[in-house]
Amino acid sequence: MITLFHFLALSGVLFAISVAGIFLNRKNVILLLMCIELMLLAANFNFIAFSHYLNDIAGQVFVFFILTVAAAEAAIGLAILVALFRNRQSINVEELDSMKG
Amino acid sequence: MVQEIIFIVLAAVLIGAALGVITARNPVHAALFLVLAFVTSAGLWLLLEAEFLGIVLVLVYVGAVMVLFLFVVMMLDINTATLRQGFARYAPLGVVVAAIVAVEIGYVVWSEKLGVTFGTPVNHPAEYSNTRELGNVIYTSYVYPFELAAVILLVGIVAAITLTLRRRAGTRSQDPVKQVRVSAKRGRVRLVNMPSEPRHGGDGK
Repeated sequence: MITLFHFLALSGVLFAISVAGIFLNRKNVILLLMCIELMLLAANFNFIAFSHYLNDIAGQVFVFFILTVAAAEAAIGLAILVALFRNRQSINVEELDSMKG
Repeated sequence: MVQEIIFIVLAAVLIGAALGVITARNPVHAALFLVLAFVTSAGLWLLLEAEFLGIVLVLVYVGAVMVLFLFVVMMLDINTATLRQGFARYAPLGVVVAAIVAVEIGYVVWSEKLGVTFGTPVNHPAEYSNTRELGNVIYTSYVYPFELAAVILLVGIVAAITLTLRRRAGTRSQDPVKQVRVSAKRGRVRLVNMPSEPRHGGDGK
């Protein structure tokens, strides 16, 4: 019998892996974006698991909207990346310090 | 019993693919591992009876977003060696933070054992249409957020095009303002006043 616990544990592990990925690949903007996609996937997993086990379709509606926003975010993020690479010839996060933040 | 086996196999593949994403040496390999993770998740969502979203995940994420990722990764000429310099140095920190996050989430999830109860799943019959149910809710209760999602997509299109549009020097393009404001008498037709000439090679009539 697969319980809700199994799915929540799986998505928790997935989220932890993507957090580790942000630390490991902290210089590469593309891999940071990929890790964010993985985090969103883990969050969507929770929504769908709760939707199934509580028998409430609203969780799936939420996932629908998250997917929409994530697609727009990926498109804009990659566009920023392309513009960045054109101007700096690099996507290294450490070299992006022109704002002195 | 079959469902348990499917869950265990897909969960193992999913975690393996996620580990592949964060440790792959080549960004192209990372993107391909991410594709595997999305397809595997779609399978798990089918197991959770979210058929529409499972298919949408494959179509939109694998079909569009990941292709865009691969396109950008292959288009940019990235020096992967310098980008991976701090990998070993930050690995212990990353593993520690990930372990803390996993333990925290696990503690919350484990609250099932602390007296909080979750519902039991309802297995729908074969003629149950997940897409129809979702549509019934989205186009009634959630129609305003649905319109907002459309606006967000439009903003995404405009922003992505504006960010990447590049005007090269020397390219020829039309100027719509000038085209609209052209005057038929002065701009479009040039009237030439000149005396008529005899026809060349004619008989002079």
